[in-house]
Amino acid sequence: MAVQPGAMNAAAVHPHCSDVFTAPSGAPLPLDSGGVIDGLEIAYTTYGRLNAERSNAVLVCHALTGDQHVASRHPITGRPGWWANVVGPGLPLDPEHHFIICSNVVGGCMGSTGPSSINPATGDVWGLAFPMITIADMVRAQAMLITALGIERLFAVVGGSLGGMQVLQWASDYPERLFAAVCIAAAPRHSAQNIAFHEVGRQAIMADPDWRGGAYASLGVKPEKGLAVARMAAHITYLSEAGLQRKFGRELQRDGLSWGFDADFQVESYLRHQGSSFVDRFDANSYLYITRAVDYFDLAAAHGGVLASAFTRARDVRFCVFSFTSDWLYPTAESRGIVRALNAAGVRASFVEIDTDKGHDAFFLDEPVLRAALSGFIGAAASARGRP
Amino acid sequence: MSAPIRADFREILRLVEPGSRVLDVGCGEGALLELLSRENGVDGRGIEISPQGVSACLARGLSVIQGDADRDLSDFPTQAFDYVILSQTLQAVQRPKHVLAELLRIGRRAVVSLPNFGHWRVRIDLLLHGRMPVTGELPEPWWSTPNIHLCTVRDFAGLCDDLGFVIDRSAALAKGKPARPFDPSRALENWRAEAAIFLLSRPGAA
Repeated sequence: MAVQPGAMNAAAVHPHCSDVFTAPSGAPLPLDSGGVIDGLEIAYTTYGRLNAERSNAVLVCHALTGDQHVASRHPITGRPGWWANVVGPGLPLDPEHHFIICSNVVGGCMGSTGPSSINPATGDVWGLAFPMITIADMVRAQAMLITALGIERLFAVVGGSLGGMQVLQWASDYPERLFAAVCIAAAPRHSAQNIAFHEVGRQAIMADPDWRGGAYASLGVKPEKGLAVARMAAHITYLSEAGLQRKFGRELQRDGLSWGFDADFQVESYLRHQGSSFVDRFDANSYLYITRAVDYFDLAAAHGGVLASAFTRARDVRFCVFSFTSDWLYPTAESRGIVRALNAAGVRASFVEIDTDKGHDAFFLDEPVLRAALSGFIGAAASARGRP
Repeated sequence: MSAPIRADFREILRLVEPGSRVLDVGCGEGALLELLSRENGVDGRGIEISPQGVSACLARGLSVIQGDADRDLSDFPTQAFDYVILSQTLQAVQRPKHVLAELLRIGRRAVVSLPNFGHWRVRIDLLLHGRMPVTGELPEPWWSTPNIHLCTVRDFAGLCDDLGFVIDRSAALAKGKPARPFDPSRALENWRAEAAIFLLSRPGAA
């Protein structure tokens, strides 16, 4: 098994190891859609060291367009890791105490097997021949990686948004492999409004002539315009009306109006930038596959319509759920529903609602209340686990 | 060494059986829950409205849900706890009768403490000065106090009667003194108690 740690990268924001796990032959990843993935590859990054008891491993699950570079410089954008204010020395997830693992989801485009990988059967890029994947598949792949790393039980699994959904899936499918779980700004299912926004994004991609029925990679083009529009529409759902108003108001880019369709308003310019920078680091087909996986997510439906039934085996997991007041993508009511189900299942659950106008994206940003509460929860759980 | 235990907390420690499952509604920074876990080995959970309180509880290793007693008790399953504690909070909720009923839906027993508006100092204030009293138990003026549903211990006993609840134990509290068992229906006791603690159950349930 290819689990040798990669070279330490001292130039990164935090020292880390990046590597790719390859599933051994004869151990394909079974998929909810019925098929399997042979020769699964999962790209991952680790921070800190696994202790002798193997009791300090924390799996961080990334969001829709995130990746394994949680606290180290991104190889394409050169920007610091997406959660560099949570993972790092003196932060809630401190590599001094924890062995922190973050892996790119199956279906992703940062080194894990996905639609932009080579299909071993044809020697060509998968494209739309790639099988449909689900959040349960992503978690199953992570569990394979964790096993390969020699970890029986994770100290914690932590994630926000799609990452939070993976946390819920972990608690449902592998509760005996978890000591603690942190679910931030997530929901137990995708609502009609959320599916609707995803559909707008997918249609934008598929309407781009350069998408070429998903076969753009072998034709040497990229549906950049469509993917950028998808990102722009989605990005609005990650913010809040109050936050946008505070940040941009009706401020103009230049002194006056252009009397045309240039980006007159700062908010337009900001969104265009979000769109155009996204296409450099993300694959359009991965966007289709992962948004679909999120749309298909409905944890209660998979348990006879009763969400609490998903957590009946998770009684020994210490749970903490976070929401943000201005998050209209996964509003507080969704998190309260999760907490109600955890309570009904007899799980030790805590819940914190953080007051902010930064919307869904607040979980990436420097939110002191989130950091303090997360530190408290993780620290107390570590003591309960008998660790520093 | 730790600070001396508050008289009301000491009384709650006496009322709650060791090893039981406890929900503390309005648990603040978790001082009582921590005490109950340490001294009585209870399996404790809390509800707290302020994010600061919730954060402090998390750092103490307590399981706490940010929420509002008026609205969020319905999230808890029926008869999931041995005790539900409502300490110095009933007078601050919007719907005291609803909250009280919820306590004994969620828990086998309820422990409720409250300031007594029938205390002699309150009555004298009102009688002599004709103004809403400001006391140690009720330190805010009427226009800014969170205590919107004040009652006397006799009123409280009456509400328990209406709800069909049994008062299994009751103790009067006065500043700096240990809790003293008392009968809330007796007129003289209603003059004397500054605050009180009650252990409640449904008839035949406890």
